[in-house]
Amino acid sequence: MDFTTFVKPSNGGGDGGDGDADGGGQKLQFWKHVEYIENHGKQEDDYEYCMTEFLRMSGIYWGTTALDIMGQLERLERKSIIEFVKRCQCPNTGGFAPCEGHDPHLLYTLSAIQILCTYDALEEIDREAVVRFVVGLQQPDGSFFGDKWGEVDTRFSFCAVASLTLLGRMEETIDVEKAVKFVLSCCNQTDGGFGSKPGAESHAGLIYCCVGFFSLTHRMHLLDVDKLGWWLCERQLPSGGLNGRPEKLPDVCYSWWVLASLTIMGRLHWISSEKLQQFILSCQDTETGGFSDRTGNMPDIFHTLFGIGGLSLLGHSGLKAINPTLCMPQYIIDRLGIKPQRLPRP
Amino acid sequence: MGDSSDEEYLGTDWLAYSERSDWKDVEPLAQDDGPNPVVSIAYSQKFREVFDYMRAIIASGEKSQRALDLTTDALRLNPANYTVWQYRRDVLRELKADLYEELDYLTEVIGQNSKNYQVWHHRRVIVEILNDPSNELELTENALVNEGDAKNYHAWQHRQWAIRSFNLYDDELGFVDRLICEDQRNNSAWNQRFFVVKHLGFTPELIQRELSYTMNRIRIIKNNESAWNYLVGVMRQGDSGNAQLNSYPEVVDFVEELYQAGNRSPYLLAFLIDLYQEQALQVKASDSDQLARKVYGLCEDMATKHDVIRRKYWQYVANHLKNQLSTVEQK
Repeated sequence: MDFTTFVKPSNGGGDGGDGDADGGGQKLQFWKHVEYIENHGKQEDDYEYCMTEFLRMSGIYWGTTALDIMGQLERLERKSIIEFVKRCQCPNTGGFAPCEGHDPHLLYTLSAIQILCTYDALEEIDREAVVRFVVGLQQPDGSFFGDKWGEVDTRFSFCAVASLTLLGRMEETIDVEKAVKFVLSCCNQTDGGFGSKPGAESHAGLIYCCVGFFSLTHRMHLLDVDKLGWWLCERQLPSGGLNGRPEKLPDVCYSWWVLASLTIMGRLHWISSEKLQQFILSCQDTETGGFSDRTGNMPDIFHTLFGIGGLSLLGHSGLKAINPTLCMPQYIIDRLGIKPQRLPRP
Repeated sequence: MGDSSDEEYLGTDWLAYSERSDWKDVEPLAQDDGPNPVVSIAYSQKFREVFDYMRAIIASGEKSQRALDLTTDALRLNPANYTVWQYRRDVLRELKADLYEELDYLTEVIGQNSKNYQVWHHRRVIVEILNDPSNELELTENALVNEGDAKNYHAWQHRQWAIRSFNLYDDELGFVDRLICEDQRNNSAWNQRFFVVKHLGFTPELIQRELSYTMNRIRIIKNNESAWNYLVGVMRQGDSGNAQLNSYPEVVDFVEELYQAGNRSPYLLAFLIDLYQEQALQVKASDSDQLARKVYGLCEDMATKHDVIRRKYWQYVANHLKNQLSTVEQK
């Protein structure tokens, strides 16, 4: 969940680059996206793939999840992916690195677990070691470090409870009350939203992490749902796309973060679905497949998952249901017997 | 140094690592990525070589000056590579390096990569070790003002961290005011204002001053989400955090006057909806009717004219009030 480094520079004179061109289209270019994800990283000249080695585990999670939502998971090699994930578990700390040769971090630990859940292969790793790693990162004020270097961020609170929930180890591990207290301290009184740390500006990506956190810890009653729901539906611009904060540009990834948050809160219908779908579909690259952050830019696997995920939440045909709290196919969450809290529509 | 591309920097004076006599003893390690075979990087032979050597050094645990220089090369090519930043920290510690030099280096790197988590985090670690925040306000001001991205989330976070950790609040309100003047719609600046004012404490005088400030801003740009959120946020701080909107008659007058003058900004209307809704729920059942009808009327206007894209939300607001009032009546 590296929100900013994945924004591609604008593809100025690119082919079919404007939103009005029929190229963008109102139809989901289903097989183009399947092809794009399957081939991700296989191309010779893949600069982006090499530049993103440091988040490879998340890249694999984004790709496998997107393909699974499209019903095409079997196009990837299950065995070699599982082997890769196993090799990335750090024997000392129990956490997962993004790739071999890198150090473990909570972000990639969650991605690793998500991948293994998708493949029903959790028993292939040392789960207790993961639990120890996560618990060891909790601080006295309830917050979580990402790793030993001490960055604190509500993203990591989400990663911690999501990892433990997927492992079925939320009981008697972390101090949930303190964790809740810390996340609440990141709530901004002006808008009911959440930032990365106390005092930080409300931001849709971080709101998703905090709402997801409350969903997983079954504490949705601590949210001012109507106030936050309003701020979230205010993210919708006349173009139909969603931004992440007031007066910023729309971005397809917010289609996930805002939508998933509203879905968990039972207020998905506060967004104009038709207009948003049009926007998401306009972010497709009809030549290469994949989705970009906004119309006319270069696609990447991160925005592809969130474009597909957003469309699934909006009920687009041909896509499996996605669980809004964990951003994983619903059938997997059902198989694991996990039931994150979700508020009913008022 | 300000180079603009890897090719340029690694062009003229670049000698491949494989040709450097002082690197003869190191066997570079090729990339092994798992699910896909090794990808041949057509983009840059230099890129591949630098990272092959970086992998070798990390694997051997070498923490020397040449290792430090290698991380500099690697980070120039890929400043987001978290592992290289971590390794660099280990090397700096081992070498007992001059961390003020590191700050200078970072100022340059941040200047070119200000949207990158790793560089800001690394900066913070160095500043914490030095326990010297004297450059942090200037650094973040540079990123926000001179670099032209006054909403850079990382820069604001770093600035808040420095201010909070080292108690540097003194001139911050002035800085915030400047940014709001430059762009009244800068939500990050308004957020920072709340951050500073919260630290000062919400006394009645301060609340008064902040409300006047915000109303003056709204007079200039009425359709400004940040200003309206801030206005209500500050109002709510009164009465130990329990204040009702109608306990500020001057604000109510201000808003109603704008409405009378024909302004229909959705944020203005939302304020009136909140105001009347709150009042409707407070007064006796017999008096709530008129207020409730105002709310329903405004919600109808929003849903049909002023904020159609969110009509389902405004329909909810009206229905929700109806339900709450009928519950009240039953009591």
